[in-house]
Amino acid sequence: MIRDITIGQYYPVDSILHRMDPRLKLNGTLLFIISIFLFDTFYGYIAITMFMISIIKLSKVPFKFILRGLKAIVVILIFTMTFNLFLTQGDILIRLGFLKITKQGLHSSIFMGLRLSYLILGSSLMTFTTTPNQLTDGLERLLWPLRRIKVPVHEIAMMMSIALRFIPILLEETDKIMKAQMARGADFESGGVVKRAKGLVPLLVPLFVSAFRRANDLAMAMEARCYRGGEGRTKMKPLHYSRRDMVAYIILLSYFALVIIISIYEKYLPYFSL
Amino acid sequence: MEMIKVEDLAFEYIRRNEEGDVESINRAIDGVSLDVKKGDFIAIIGANGSGKSTLAKHINAILYPSEGTVWVNGMNTLKEENLWEIRRSAGMVFQNPDNQIIATVVEEDVGFGPENLGVPTDEIWERVEKSLKAVGMLEYRNQSPNKLSGGQKQRVAIAGIMAMKPECIVLDEPTAMLDPDGRKEVISTVRLLNQHEKITVLLITHHMDEVINADKVFVMEHGKIVMQGSPREIFSRIPEIKKYRLDVPQVTELAYELRNAGVDIPEGILSADELVQALENLGA
Repeated sequence: MIRDITIGQYYPVDSILHRMDPRLKLNGTLLFIISIFLFDTFYGYIAITMFMISIIKLSKVPFKFILRGLKAIVVILIFTMTFNLFLTQGDILIRLGFLKITKQGLHSSIFMGLRLSYLILGSSLMTFTTTPNQLTDGLERLLWPLRRIKVPVHEIAMMMSIALRFIPILLEETDKIMKAQMARGADFESGGVVKRAKGLVPLLVPLFVSAFRRANDLAMAMEARCYRGGEGRTKMKPLHYSRRDMVAYIILLSYFALVIIISIYEKYLPYFSL
Repeated sequence: MEMIKVEDLAFEYIRRNEEGDVESINRAIDGVSLDVKKGDFIAIIGANGSGKSTLAKHINAILYPSEGTVWVNGMNTLKEENLWEIRRSAGMVFQNPDNQIIATVVEEDVGFGPENLGVPTDEIWERVEKSLKAVGMLEYRNQSPNKLSGGQKQRVAIAGIMAMKPECIVLDEPTAMLDPDGRKEVISTVRLLNQHEKITVLLITHHMDEVINADKVFVMEHGKIVMQGSPREIFSRIPEIKKYRLDVPQVTELAYELRNAGVDIPEGILSADELVQALENLGA
């Protein structure tokens, strides 16, 4: 199950999208998400779909791999679609006993399904093409103005990147503790939910103890290397917008403008409805 | 001039109960004085709990003396305004290689120190390249630290210190968690830095074979320095070393036993080659 979740993974290939500035990709994703939630018209979604397909093509990430990300939300997807389908009031199309499908229900069910899938596809496309480091750097720079209202932006970014560094180490450690406890007769597999949850205690306690010890060591090592917060720090890899990024911003904004124009003037286009 | 000067240093770990009353006092360091000259390779050895790691943390101003004074490069560690300059000039490498690497890419980790110091971007790149070259890890610069061996990780950690252009490196049992190959890698890297870059080295260890090439060895026990001298002087006093729960390199012990049995060879033999030479001279 955990292996199915591709959201948040990085897919290492070399593409235009991979080389773009992380800030651009973050802003782009935000704009894309706004565009899928703002409009629910047929022509609007044609434009959105075309845009997404061309971005996926540019990213060089295999389409099958991207689709795997949807697996994780399949349950949520089915739930929302069914509820929307049967519980929306309006003009009745089909009646199945006490259940009824309305025209409006069909419409909102389909668009809800599309929205959720596009949301996952769009945001996972960003993480596929951006390394965790670039992502935290981008976030730090984008959120920088929030420092004015006392948000510890640098600290948050630093915590994120340290967490990313320690995920594989802690996974390995979990595995090690699990084996050690199994060798002592611990049982992680049988029994009901309560028994299994209780079984996790001998795993979690040592894991937490060791995580705190690591945190302590790391803090000392960072201080020994003169770390004293974000003040007066320079960057080894500072972010710079290139001309390519500027062109991409223009494309992005024209896409957004196009979607807005379509949604305003849709009533003049040939009518199409489900 | 002295790189490090320690005078009558004492340090107490104080345990308090919930009311804040003192429960017990553990005097981890008890009246230690030592001088380290610039460019020296110094080894401090001692069994577990002898206070050697506590001493090391004083040199990087992670711990402050309860009594006595520590000067690093002429700066008193008790003065707050010296703190960052002391930490820059006396870099510290710790025992656990995983818990001291901060970034997810090797070169970015090496750049972490200079970033903290506010070094301009171009110079950071220069320093990173130079430091990685000095420890022989340049070809791994774009790798994830998780994919490296223990010895390689320690070399990256040393490079991270070197990038801050220190005058002195303190290594706190850098080989304790490594396999024999990793240990050799790290120790030869440190020796190279000492000889070529003239970096003062303070190596803390309990592996006796790592101290053979040191300029001076200090033996610690119960927070005190109990022996000091060149490796040869130290290793010619085998019964004393054993009393302090330390191992003696095999060759040294063999030579010692041979001498006791009446074979006429010099005291304090440190390597197999030396012993062979001594025995050949005997036959001649």
